[in-house]
Amino acid sequence: MKIIIAGDGKMGAALTRKLSAEGDDLTLIDSNSDVLESSEERYDVMVVQGNCASMHILQQAGVKEADLLIAMTGADEVNLLCCMTAHGLNGNIHTIARVCNPEYTDQAYAMRDMFALSMAVNPERQAAVEIERLLKYPGFLKRDTFTKGRVEIVELRIDEKSKLCNVALNDMYRIVKCKILVCAVLRGGKAVAPGGNFVLREGDRIFVTASTDTLAMLLKNLGVITHKVKRVMLCGGGRVSYYLAKLLENSGIGVQIIERNPERCVQLTAMLPKASVIQGDASNQILLDQEGISSCDAMATLTGLDELNMILSLYGTSNGVSQVITKLGHIDNANILGNLSLGSVVSPKELCCNTIVQYVRAMKNQTGAALTVHTIADGQAEAMEFLADDTTKNCGVPLKNLKLKKGVLVVCISNGVKMEIPNGDSSFRSGDTVYVVTNREKGICQLNDIFE
Amino acid sequence: MNYKMMGRFIGRILMVEAVFMVPAMLISLWEKEFGAVRAFMWSLGIIAAVSGLLMFLCRGSRNRFFAKEGMACVGLSWFFMSLLGCLPFYISGVIPDFVDAFFEIVSGFTTTGASILPAVEGLPKGILYWRSFSHWLGGMGVLVFLLAISSMGGRENGFTMHLLRAESPGPNVGKLVPKMKKTARILYLLYILITVLDVIFLMFGDMNLFEAVCTAFGTVGTGGFGIRNDSMASFSPYIQNVCTVFMILCGVNFSCFYLLLIKEFKSVFRDEELRLYLGLIVGSVVLITWNLGNFYSSLGETVRHAAFQVATIITTTGFATTDYELWPGFSKAILLGLMIIGASAGSTGGGFKCSRVLLVLKSLRRSVRKIVHPQKVQAVRLNGHPVDEKVLQNTNAYLAAYGTAVLASFLLISVDGFSITTNLSAVLACFNNIGPGFEMVGPTCNYGAYSTFSKLVLIMDMLAGRLEIFPILILFSRTTWRHR
Repeated sequence: MKIIIAGDGKMGAALTRKLSAEGDDLTLIDSNSDVLESSEERYDVMVVQGNCASMHILQQAGVKEADLLIAMTGADEVNLLCCMTAHGLNGNIHTIARVCNPEYTDQAYAMRDMFALSMAVNPERQAAVEIERLLKYPGFLKRDTFTKGRVEIVELRIDEKSKLCNVALNDMYRIVKCKILVCAVLRGGKAVAPGGNFVLREGDRIFVTASTDTLAMLLKNLGVITHKVKRVMLCGGGRVSYYLAKLLENSGIGVQIIERNPERCVQLTAMLPKASVIQGDASNQILLDQEGISSCDAMATLTGLDELNMILSLYGTSNGVSQVITKLGHIDNANILGNLSLGSVVSPKELCCNTIVQYVRAMKNQTGAALTVHTIADGQAEAMEFLADDTTKNCGVPLKNLKLKKGVLVVCISNGVKMEIPNGDSSFRSGDTVYVVTNREKGICQLNDIFE
Repeated sequence: MNYKMMGRFIGRILMVEAVFMVPAMLISLWEKEFGAVRAFMWSLGIIAAVSGLLMFLCRGSRNRFFAKEGMACVGLSWFFMSLLGCLPFYISGVIPDFVDAFFEIVSGFTTTGASILPAVEGLPKGILYWRSFSHWLGGMGVLVFLLAISSMGGRENGFTMHLLRAESPGPNVGKLVPKMKKTARILYLLYILITVLDVIFLMFGDMNLFEAVCTAFGTVGTGGFGIRNDSMASFSPYIQNVCTVFMILCGVNFSCFYLLLIKEFKSVFRDEELRLYLGLIVGSVVLITWNLGNFYSSLGETVRHAAFQVATIITTTGFATTDYELWPGFSKAILLGLMIIGASAGSTGGGFKCSRVLLVLKSLRRSVRKIVHPQKVQAVRLNGHPVDEKVLQNTNAYLAAYGTAVLASFLLISVDGFSITTNLSAVLACFNNIGPGFEMVGPTCNYGAYSTFSKLVLIMDMLAGRLEIFPILILFSRTTWRHR
């Protein structure tokens, strides 16, 4: 498929990385020739230097033959103009624009029709939603929910106090007493697909498939203390902070925002009547102590600097904050962070990329494409949701008789009424939703791809 | 340095070479030249063994590649490909001296066409075919071929850009379409199309298939190995004219043909390099025709010879229809100038390249204006777009490297005691991948008289000229091999 990516910044580069692995024909547009050159030398793409909203540059990038335009520059207005212009030049093109200004979020749907957008993405808002979900179930490092919201893949860290430490997967059920499936284990930076005799060790991060209803029981049986989050401290008052505070305000959770810039503080107070905004430098530990960091239920570090976020999270953990969430904007490869106690790591660009990749895959094959795609295990594995239909092979055949490709695991089958964590005797029928985890680099685009 | 990956690359290239050697062997088999068949079988065995060994030793390499590895890889591939490609000549006894055989195949792969063979007409057909085919493979580049047929690397395979840049001539190499594989395929398809057209046109002129194919390889690869002792002189005027046209076509940037195919006529006609290239050809033909006067019996013959010689020199092919050594001084001076300028960037021809000439002259004009208006801010433009300062810097660095390399080789081969004209033209003819020079290395003579040392120097010149110096230069830099 021919795709044009306008804007080769942080977001654009992450998208290029994902989409070039999918094997699409990519053309990048940016006004800075240095970033373009580095992209060109890293990925198999073509680059065009110039203003992505200009007709001439879009034509040079081959907009007439392109199937999709993704406008990812930092300026919403440029993104929208770029999409409109492209649509004017090629009526059949699909367009995705990044629109992240809070003032435009309420009108996102209206804008989609007005500007003929196929989709509007907002990485910051997506990150805020993700953080809010994590705050609802403290104890999980990451939660990936599939479309109907009944099946989740959650991430847990095994530490020495954990009940699961030094337990073989076969014996796990005795402890957790609910139906779950460990679909991947991240040990020493490598994702492993575990067998029944696999013994969990301290420092492992496990990825567990479970139905949403069992999450609370899982946490209880694991002995993870969960009390409802009542007060959250947000370091940094950027857009993610704003969206998150808005969401938390609505669910009645107290929010404290620490922001350095006085003008921004005034803006935030105007927009968020219930939040308490504190003007000061979050890197100043005395200020954090003063504002009662140790009595917070949760803390999210959301400044624009990854390294500051990491340090603040470490400080929060050492002060006994039970749930810490770190936002990382630049780092591609979270496994270099090793066992730093950063709590949950949320990456807005990663979330946004997943949404777009999902869209691209759906465009490529209208039937049978994954309904949802989640990247798990620091990007080393993917969890996908498929709908089995009449064209799906091997319906009704027990899983133990199927030859699946190496590195593919069926983690859940749901028939709309009840969901089932499969064993060798389970099978899926046409109309069922099938959840698959794979650590293959590519090759799984539809359900039939999982068979040998 | 990612030695394993480089080893695997070179192994693959040698495998491609081995596969391409098979047709040459079959031709020898058909013609019942059993000595040559044996030589080809031995060579094939050796190449396959070396290639297999390299691929075996370098299995499981990491797929990370940077600019310096790409360049070094291209330089080494060409060196090894030539070293093993000359085996048929050497084993069959056609060229008894190994350095001579090496010279001959380097001259082939670099599309130079400089020969040490005094007579070629009696040679086995298979050997002649291999000699001409080396032009064809070297013209567009064997790495580009490899890029066209196989997929490289995993997620991050942008490094193939380094390979394309190192092997394709020109100051500013880019892709035609987003995918490297497709770009390489388009280039090779265009190349094959032109070759087939050339063969068809030549066969209308009473050439048999074998002659037509070998001549077409020499023409579209802008190489210049002929299959007759007098190059093209004894072929009919029709065939000479066909050659002139196809040589000129292959000196054009291949992306122009692609733009024509996708109906972007405007940008082709506005291409400054194409204009300069065609302008130089027309201007030179007119001037030489005027200068030759009554040298030939009719005006038509004069124009034909002038056009052929201008085309053969500017595209750095090196065929000859007449002994231009006998022409007046002014005409020879024009030819010497064209030798240095060479063909367009992105073509199969060699030389300094028209686009570089444009860039150098334009930055010269800027420097002169800067003296008059020291504060003036100005950009060098090509085809209406400002040229990146980095490209200008590289072009100037290339000019310096070019001058230094030519001067150094000139000094080195002067030890042999031939005249200044001979030595200088020999270096220029090898460095710019032309073939024939003036006097002792003129169109009717050959390079057999030079000493082994001088031949080695000229071999390096040919490789450096074809790969545009830097991939060869980087092999001799200590920092390349030092561990980081």
